Amino acid sequence: MLLIPCPWCGPRDEIEFHYGGQAHVAYPEDPAALSDEEWARYLFFRDNPKGRFAERWSHSAGCRRWFNVVRDTATNEIHAVYRIGEPRPVIA
Amino acid sequence: MAERRNADRRSADRRSPLAGFAARFETASAGGALRLAEIPFLTQLNLRVDAKSPAAERIGRALGTTLPVEPGSAVRSGDLTVLWLGPDEWLVLGPDEGEAEIGAGGAGLRDRLVEAAGSADGHVSVVDVSAQRTTLVLAGARARDVLAHGCALDLHPRVFGPGRCAQTLLARAQVVLVARETDEFWVLCRSSFAGYVAEWLLDAAAEYVT
Ligand SMILES: [Zn+2]
Repeated sequence: MLLIPCPWCGPRDEIEFHYGGQAHVAYPEDPAALSDEEWARYLFFRDNPKGRFAERWSHSAGCRRWFNVVRDTATNEIHAVYRIGEPRPVIA
Repeated sequence: MAERRNADRRSADRRSPLAGFAARFETASAGGALRLAEIPFLTQLNLRVDAKSPAAERIGRALGTTLPVEPGSAVRSGDLTVLWLGPDEWLVLGPDEGEAEIGAGGAGLRDRLVEAAGSADGHVSVVDVSAQRTTLVLAGARARDVLAHGCALDLHPRVFGPGRCAQTLLARAQVVLVARETDEFWVLCRSSFAGYVAEWLLDAAAEYVT
């Protein structure tokens, strides 16, 4: 079980959260201008690194806010949590 | 026909989700180590507003307290309690206003807050959610131990003492937990699974109430 530190509520059990996939995937400025391939790329293609990954989580059984987490996909170590709108922290 | 329907509606009694548990709560409370009871029909308002807006300030004046902005904090003002639910969201608890007040307009808590919100600078919502949850009070020296059977939060008084609240899971059910006094908690849970939570609490309490 992961202990995830919600940036509002503090550390809570993983079961209080929902996973939201890769963070910082911006909605296209002008979706109508995209080709089918570009649109599919936006919809379906995500990074799948072994290592640090910035991803979205929602504290669905708590404060119900979305926030971002930098988690190591190999070790599950959480390197940072930050609120929506805040830049991805630089981790040494 | 329409007249008859209205008459039926008038004669329908309010029934709290845990009305059927009163006797079992009383038995569990008889030993003195624990007190378990339902507080039915509290007025509950979900409030969403930017904490830094003039509207929030006016609502604060109407409540008699500024809205708590520290995560997980609860403040009391007279017979009202204001719980932090999120950075722009609060739950205001007040006494039962009876059936007559619902939607009647005028002197009710909701109407007072709507009036205070004014025609708003920015977005404000005040929604009556009184029927969404019912409230259980769990008090006594062993109250913490009972909750700890199904709640992962650190409930030590140093961390979760009076003035703290949390939305979390109790026995897998979503609840709002409020520390009222050192050994007194309120557990707000959805009406639809209040029966499950009550059964679970009675079971968890069994070893303390012989
Ligand atoms: Zn949270």
